[in-house]
Amino acid sequence: MGLESVMFGRKLKNPMILASGILGMTRASLEAACENGCGAVTAKSLTLEPRKGHEGPNIVEVEDGLLNAMGYPNPGIVAGLKEFGGWKRSEALIISIVGKNKEEFAELAEKVDAAQKTLGATAIEAVMSCPHTPGYGTMAGQGAPECVASITSAIKKKTELPLIIKLSPSVPGEGKAAKAAEDAGADAINMGNSLGPGMVIDIHRKRPFLGFGVGGMSGPAIKPIVIRCVYDVYRSVKIPIIGTGGINSGRDAIEMMMAGATWVSAGSTAYYRGPEAFGQICREMEAWMKSNGVSKLKGMIGAAHD
Amino acid sequence: MIKIHTNVVKKVSEENYRVKTIEVEHALEEALPGQFLMVWMPGVGERPMSIGNGYPLTMSVANVGKVSAAMTALRPGDMISYRGPFGKPFAVPKDAKRILVIGGGYGVVPLYFLAKRAKENDIGAVAVLGARAAKDIIYEKQLFAVCDEVFITTDDGSRGKKGTVMAEAEMLIRSKKFDCAYACGPEMMMKAVAQLCRQHGMPCQVSLERYMKCGMGVCGSCVVDGKTVCRDGPVFSGEEALAMGEFGKAHRDATGVLHER
Repeated sequence: MGLESVMFGRKLKNPMILASGILGMTRASLEAACENGCGAVTAKSLTLEPRKGHEGPNIVEVEDGLLNAMGYPNPGIVAGLKEFGGWKRSEALIISIVGKNKEEFAELAEKVDAAQKTLGATAIEAVMSCPHTPGYGTMAGQGAPECVASITSAIKKKTELPLIIKLSPSVPGEGKAAKAAEDAGADAINMGNSLGPGMVIDIHRKRPFLGFGVGGMSGPAIKPIVIRCVYDVYRSVKIPIIGTGGINSGRDAIEMMMAGATWVSAGSTAYYRGPEAFGQICREMEAWMKSNGVSKLKGMIGAAHD
Repeated sequence: MIKIHTNVVKKVSEENYRVKTIEVEHALEEALPGQFLMVWMPGVGERPMSIGNGYPLTMSVANVGKVSAAMTALRPGDMISYRGPFGKPFAVPKDAKRILVIGGGYGVVPLYFLAKRAKENDIGAVAVLGARAAKDIIYEKQLFAVCDEVFITTDDGSRGKKGTVMAEAEMLIRSKKFDCAYACGPEMMMKAVAQLCRQHGMPCQVSLERYMKCGMGVCGSCVVDGKTVCRDGPVFSGEEALAMGEFGKAHRDATGVLHER
């Protein structure tokens, strides 16, 4: 009985993963997320060079969601790997990388691989789905299946580490992109990122509120879209799926698993419920399973499919 | 849901050669001493700002960057937009009779708000106000209006006692006449106050400052030892702060790179 899961051969105390970009700027904050109940944590996405990110405001609350445009603030791959390195906890560490093209992704993966001896990471996550940073993600057309395939195979050539490809819920044809990633050697799909981009205009100042103008939407409002994406991807690939988007309760997490997710990942919930949210969601999952006679996660994964 | 407030600037007054106080036509009644606002200057950016008073809403700004320069250019009648209050406020122990506030530089702003609230609740306050030189002192008049006593120190001796706030602070902490001490200002000063309070068994609280991006405990830019300054803080107990490896030792820049002092 319980929430135990396995990720690429590593035992996890639960299937809850801290999403990249949330509280993951430092090693200490990743450790705090583990203490707060995450079974795995994703470090802040790393680029080749340090980035300050977009000018503020960087985030704004909307009805049932958050709209953010951080712009990938990060210390760069070299300082980042030093910050997160030497991971010894039982929770899994996922290193997230973002590049402008397959060459950058390959170089980043090579650097992670070279550091792995002391790094202690369980997987690399390559993000091709940020909706609000020029030159990256969907703003650079990285969501297209052929682009996903070429980046995936470029990374796979440079690393032995399991590779997770993080796809956007904003680009039609998630199933095709996921299949392209699988065929190119991806070990898992992270289905979900912030949705959009969207915009908030302040009517008093008659201007877009976010410093970057547009931002990606997260939080409870986007959950039905991500559920549908995960459902489609589950039908398209055999590799496991991380479901990301709008998970704010144990029921949300179970719904995501029934759509086809092996693991779930959350971020905005840290705003709604505080940093303790991750453990609380896991306890809610456990309570639901108990009262519904479900003893293992396995019985729920993809349960919504015929 | 977090609201974006837009209100009219009522008054702008000069505190010293580079600090201005902005009073807004808004009674932000839920604001508590120690909390902050995220002030949005459209087309320029957004910065966290200490609250100097809740009603009328008041903040003080030093002209040090793009956003603060735009703020110091505000005139009565202009609009100002902000969100908040955010963060954990100063906590005053139940049945407290007397508190000690120790402010260095701009750190005095939230401490004035705290002393003012204390006075409204019949709690006495004594202040130590430190600055580099006489010309850097701010909030002196305000503090005199709400505190039983105000001690002034300057690094160069151009006003009050020469030196840092520590000599006066030590004398007052040793007197054991206070239920709690509150420090806000340069981190080394706050660390010294926290250590002194630990030595003398006096509860103490400090207010940390870090590079901040989201203000709501999500992005992690402002973390110190895994705690977010924007949501877990900015106010921490002296003991919590002393347990932090980075307290008084290091801070992170906008990219997250750690810089040792």
